[in-house]
Amino acid sequence: MRVIEANDLTKRFGQLVAVDHVSFSVEESEIFGFLGPNGAGKTTTINMLTTLLNPTEGSAKVGGFDVEKQDGKVREVVGLVPQDITVDDDLTGMENMMLQAKLYHVPTKVARERTMEALSLVALTDAANRRVETYSGGMRKRLELAEGLIHYPKVLFLDEPTLGLDVQTRVVMWDYIKKLRDEHKITMFLTTHYMEEADVLCDRIAIIDQGKIVALDTPENLKDSLGGDIIELEFNNKKDDQTDTLKSLSQVKDVKKIGDTYRIKVSRGEKALPDIIENLLKMDLRIGRVSLIKPTLDQVYLEYTGRSLRETQGETMEVWRRMRTLRRVRE
Amino acid sequence: MIEETIALTKREVKKWVKNPFLLFMMLLQPIIWLGLFGKALNLTGLISVSPELINQLPPEVQDQIGMFLNQMISETFGGTTDYFTYMAAGILSITVLFTAMFSGMSVVWDRRFGFLNKLLVAPISRGSIVLAKVGSSVIRGMFQVLLIFSIAFAFGLKVGNAFGILDFLGMVTVLFLLSLGLSSMFLAITMQIKSHETVIAVANLLNLPLMFASNALFPIKQMPQWLQTIANFNPISYAGDAVRAFILHSNAGFDAAKVTADFQFLIVFALIFSLVGILIARTGLRKG
Repeated sequence: MRVIEANDLTKRFGQLVAVDHVSFSVEESEIFGFLGPNGAGKTTTINMLTTLLNPTEGSAKVGGFDVEKQDGKVREVVGLVPQDITVDDDLTGMENMMLQAKLYHVPTKVARERTMEALSLVALTDAANRRVETYSGGMRKRLELAEGLIHYPKVLFLDEPTLGLDVQTRVVMWDYIKKLRDEHKITMFLTTHYMEEADVLCDRIAIIDQGKIVALDTPENLKDSLGGDIIELEFNNKKDDQTDTLKSLSQVKDVKKIGDTYRIKVSRGEKALPDIIENLLKMDLRIGRVSLIKPTLDQVYLEYTGRSLRETQGETMEVWRRMRTLRRVRE
Repeated sequence: MIEETIALTKREVKKWVKNPFLLFMMLLQPIIWLGLFGKALNLTGLISVSPELINQLPPEVQDQIGMFLNQMISETFGGTTDYFTYMAAGILSITVLFTAMFSGMSVVWDRRFGFLNKLLVAPISRGSIVLAKVGSSVIRGMFQVLLIFSIAFAFGLKVGNAFGILDFLGMVTVLFLLSLGLSSMFLAITMQIKSHETVIAVANLLNLPLMFASNALFPIKQMPQWLQTIANFNPISYAGDAVRAFILHSNAGFDAAKVTADFQFLIVFALIFSLVGILIARTGLRKG
């Protein structure tokens, strides 16, 4: 069943096309990621899907309801963990949760049980009765996540869920998110500009650049689309050129010799490597050093957008201006 | 919708009730107002004659001058010769104005911090967001009113000899109406504003004329004609007038006709501003 369906979803702010004819669908209990730099249109897409903004063009359905015409119904089934920390500093964690429960019409008794459950899931049980003011950034973000769960949403939208968290906390957040999907079958739509996050968490990734989806597939397929993995090896005994020998092997797609090192392009490197080694041993070629290099999403990103994600990070004036406009209209 | 409004109002109230520093400031502010302005600016004391001058006159004339002066002051200051009492009544209205203003500003912070978006994503009526803001502002205003009235009493507020529980309730009702109208008005404005710098500028712009072009601190009669015209449209003047009438309720008389007129004005003001204000405020929550 398709939980999210977007058809030519477009949002214009004056001259700026923040989201440009974006189409995709998300299946039930799938984790779907939007990967792209700041200002690519990720938050604007979330805002349209969660009924905060109306699309300029195109349409989207969430949980089977139209985001524009049935916004009330959509609000019943979605949860949002926003990019900014919006939990109330002046209230305790518990009070924040109970307020959220009231906003989603969860009866008080049920809300108490679910709060305890959600807080223990994000390891905040001990801090439940402390004012949020005393929480660390990671704790606030986790409370934000717990709030998004109080009404058992069908779809949870996570906008940059680990932005500004340290590496350890980030890994913990990933565990929580995966646990949620596995135990509660919640469909999740997340945005991120961290490659690793998209790679670890998402079943499928859409790479979004300047409002357009430039690639959409599983992380594995996206990496495979680059032409597969690289095996680097050196021989102990043969110093003369073995390029042709290597090329004759069935698994090998391409070989480049750089110094004494051979860079061999293969698909499904972990399967190809044992076969290649076995064949080479039969030919009495002794391997001195071997390594398998898996392509990273960073390379995928480079391939599809023509620049690395780090480069795009607000470097040019244009990107900066775009971000400023988006920020202004968002507030 | 009622449940949501109550939950959101509770949040607003909790935010200041649980903040000891804020509560302390709320207590301190009226003390400063009443102590500093009320006692220092003894306007009625300016109209007095020195004892040496008085003593040169025969006793009958002394009494006559005394009566004459008191009557003159009392007429100008709405029935009291004590400026502190005059001003304390005005301060009650001013406090309602300030509370309404600050409560209105809080929505800009909610927007800034993303809390407003959280509410807009939730399946709640947009109206409940606005109602909770107005409701909590009125609650806070009324709390301040009770606080200031008690402090003013301790500082020597001279109530009329016929002042009773009904006068007290009448005074609270007047301030409630004022608070409802002003809170809605400020919220209608602040809901349209996105930056906190702008909202502070706008609030200050409205705050001063509302405060000074009224009878809260000075009698309207002393003002130039054009200012009197403005003051006569200012709801704070009507509230100040009615509150003063209730506080000074004495056996000598109670201008029921005037208080009724004040009430009529304030009821119309509160009704129109809360209805229109809440409708306008809601447009600030519209989707882009």
